[in-house]
Amino acid sequence: MRILIVEDDRVLLDGLKVGLSMLGATVDTAECCTDGLLAILTWRFDAVVLDVMLPDGSGLDLLQKLRSSGNTTPILLLTALDDVRSRIKGLDSGADDYLGKPFDLEELGARVRAIIRRKEGRATSTLQYNGVVLDPATLTVSVNSEPVKLSRREFAILATLLEHPGTIASKVNLEERLYGWQEEVESNAVEVHIHNLRNKIGRDYIETVRGIGYRMRPCK
Amino acid sequence: MVSSLANSGTGVPAALAFPDTKSLQTASYERQLSCQIWSLDGRLMARSSGAPSNSLSGDDDGFADRLVDGETWRVYAISDPDKNIRVLVGDRLGLRERLVSDLIRGLLWPALLIVPLLGLLTWSILGRGLFPLQAMAVDLKQRRVDDLSPLNVSHAPPELATLANSLNGLFTRLDAARQRERDFTAFAAHELRTPISGLKLQAQIAIGTSDLTQRNTALNNIVLSVDRISRLSRQLLTVARLDTLSQEEATEEVNIYELVSGIVSDTPARPGLRIMLEESLQNASVKTARDLLEIALRNLHENALNHSAADGDVVWKATYSITSLEVTVEDNGPGIPESELSLVKSRFFRGRHKSTSGSGLGLAIVDIAIHRIDGSLTLINRGNSNGLSATVRLPVH
Repeated sequence: MRILIVEDDRVLLDGLKVGLSMLGATVDTAECCTDGLLAILTWRFDAVVLDVMLPDGSGLDLLQKLRSSGNTTPILLLTALDDVRSRIKGLDSGADDYLGKPFDLEELGARVRAIIRRKEGRATSTLQYNGVVLDPATLTVSVNSEPVKLSRREFAILATLLEHPGTIASKVNLEERLYGWQEEVESNAVEVHIHNLRNKIGRDYIETVRGIGYRMRPCK
Repeated sequence: MVSSLANSGTGVPAALAFPDTKSLQTASYERQLSCQIWSLDGRLMARSSGAPSNSLSGDDDGFADRLVDGETWRVYAISDPDKNIRVLVGDRLGLRERLVSDLIRGLLWPALLIVPLLGLLTWSILGRGLFPLQAMAVDLKQRRVDDLSPLNVSHAPPELATLANSLNGLFTRLDAARQRERDFTAFAAHELRTPISGLKLQAQIAIGTSDLTQRNTALNNIVLSVDRISRLSRQLLTVARLDTLSQEEATEEVNIYELVSGIVSDTPARPGLRIMLEESLQNASVKTARDLLEIALRNLHENALNHSAADGDVVWKATYSITSLEVTVEDNGPGIPESELSLVKSRFFRGRHKSTSGSGLGLAIVDIAIHRIDGSLTLINRGNSNGLSATVRLPVH
């Protein structure tokens, strides 16, 4: 999951970035409305965590601009004003969820996963295909009920492939899900991670579509 | 009547009808007053028609109450030895009472009719006249506590419109004050909750991570957050205190050198920073509210420390004019962008180059405190981007 955080408080921003990474997300950050809007419109994020009070305006305005441009990226509002009226206003402006400060890291993670799940039309939190079960909440994977230990990147690749098992994910696509803006991407990183992943879960699950990318091998 | 009786002097009592006592009920008020003239040797010389034949009085002159024929008379007697006569004038008390009761009875019936009518009239006129006032009272009574919309004055008479307009003016000011308060609370909530969220997240990271560098970073961030929150809560308390400190705060002679050196000594500063108190401060003193001035200068000092370069100078100095004393603190930090100079005094404004420890309250506090003691605050960027110069001008009485 690739997540954008728009927050102007540096300590909180750092905490969100590190905390959500620990929960398995790839995190990018913006510190004001202008940068945030630009990032959401030019990049594909699975979800956005948006602060309401930002130095160059209100997060609600950003939200309205975004929704009126037709963008449906799931957005969780983060704010100190969490009375009922503010919550209603936030949700009516187009937010998918609302979390008052201070909050719990685990809860934030669960809510972010929930809005992503809702967007994708899934009812359960776990992703399953062909005997492979991945649980984003506990960061665990099992193959035919046998638990498998994966690295953060391997987990992210498998999760991306499992979200849309029939469609092919390109290498660029996978890189986007794995690395934030500031992270250096080695040219063959995806290949290496896929190789390791196959070693751990078995050779038969991930299929290479030559010249295009990867996908979960269809059931026989 | 008396002189004509006296002059007749025949000695024969003027024989007019002598009414018996029963005729009292019908006796006309004209015969109410009776008069007798006696010679000093005891003969009745004359009497008026209503007067009894017995003497109305004893031997004394002047007023007296006498019982004559079973009735009480009020009599006045006067003697004239020259003419050898004594004149008695009197009337029956019973008749007097009847007069009074007839009068009362005569007035009572019309009064009984007129008084309620008058009351009704008064009530309706007053009611009509006071209706706008009544309507205003009902409007005010039915209002919710937070409803400060203006009163409708379109139908009010001029004297009431004046009152309503004054009330509306008060409502407007109250509304503005409440709005400021609401904004302050909202901003305070935001400014407090955000660092607390950061603190909590960093603590959860420190607990959850197995990476040692990550844990150390988180722990450092926790310390930073705690510093920030404690500074912020201190300043919020200061603002609350400023709002309660009245303008009539007791004033005393305050020596600026003493005050500033006290502030400097109990404010921790980064090592390497030089703090200088110029000699001009020593002679500078002003009669003012010490608490308010201290709040202002302390915040200016903290500001200067926070924005100074690591090896910078913070310089305090004072200049006197005939009417005022100016206390200035200079730092050599980045200064304030010209576009933000007018905004920095408002509560919770934090500039683009905000420091992590700033609460956005410091200069707002200084501004409020200085205004309370009739002073003014001037912020000037020193030339060549050489830092900020903050000057407090205080009137000298």
